Amino acid sequence: MTVTPLSSIVLVLLASFIGSFGAVFLKLGAAHLSRGIRGLFNWQLIAGIGLFLGSSVPFIMALKHGELSVLYPMVSLSYVWAMLWSRMLFGEPITKQKVGALALILGGILCIGVGGR
Amino acid sequence: MGSSTTIPPIAEIPETPARPAVNPAWLVVICTLFAASAQILLKFGALHPLPPVHFSDAASVTAFLTALTGDWPLVIGYSLHACNAMLLILALRHGHLSLLYPLYALSYVWVDLLSLHYFHEHLNIWKEAGIVLIIGGVAVLGKASRE
Repeated sequence: MTVTPLSSIVLVLLASFIGSFGAVFLKLGAAHLSRGIRGLFNWQLIAGIGLFLGSSVPFIMALKHGELSVLYPMVSLSYVWAMLWSRMLFGEPITKQKVGALALILGGILCIGVGGR
Repeated sequence: MGSSTTIPPIAEIPETPARPAVNPAWLVVICTLFAASAQILLKFGALHPLPPVHFSDAASVTAFLTALTGDWPLVIGYSLHACNAMLLILALRHGHLSLLYPLYALSYVWVDLLSLHYFHEHLNIWKEAGIVLIIGGVAVLGKASRE
């Protein structure tokens, strides 16, 4: 079993970071949809989709030297970042329920990663 | 960490006036079904042989593009991803991002279950535990989204 290098882990952290901003921009852009179909072409939505696609670039780079079963569960850290940005930018409360649910989900993804070896 | 302290939002989101007809959490659940089906199709699509492409040779580029558009699992997979993005955007119009976005993890569950059938993969105790934990977390968020 090969050891996943630190550089791959840093790249996946970067991917999860970029992905979390993708979600933030989709949320911002979604608010424009009330203006009908033309609201679909606003820069926030395009930026959100661009960030999601862009986040796959460091992820694929990370996979060159790292193991998928280790790196794939780490992508889900973007849920943690997105929760922080939601509080900082949109004033959404971080409740015990949200933290508990996120812990269950991250634990579950970790288990699936281990089971996929 | 308490929910009692409210901080003023920096980015102003204009509230969409109409109440959502369906709980946006359900839209995200449907999204994850699209995403998982897309992933399975992309894996099938990746098995499809594609001719080598040389950018100096126009004929090879045409042959590559013909093969690519004829690779229907790939085409349908990417189309499903596009539908999935549209649905996610619709879902995010209402409700908390911090609540809806983690629901997306449900796609891991569907991919594992679909892989059982399509790729003859097997479940093990870790995957089973993971599926149970994710469904548990999603259920907690789903309940929170109704409050």
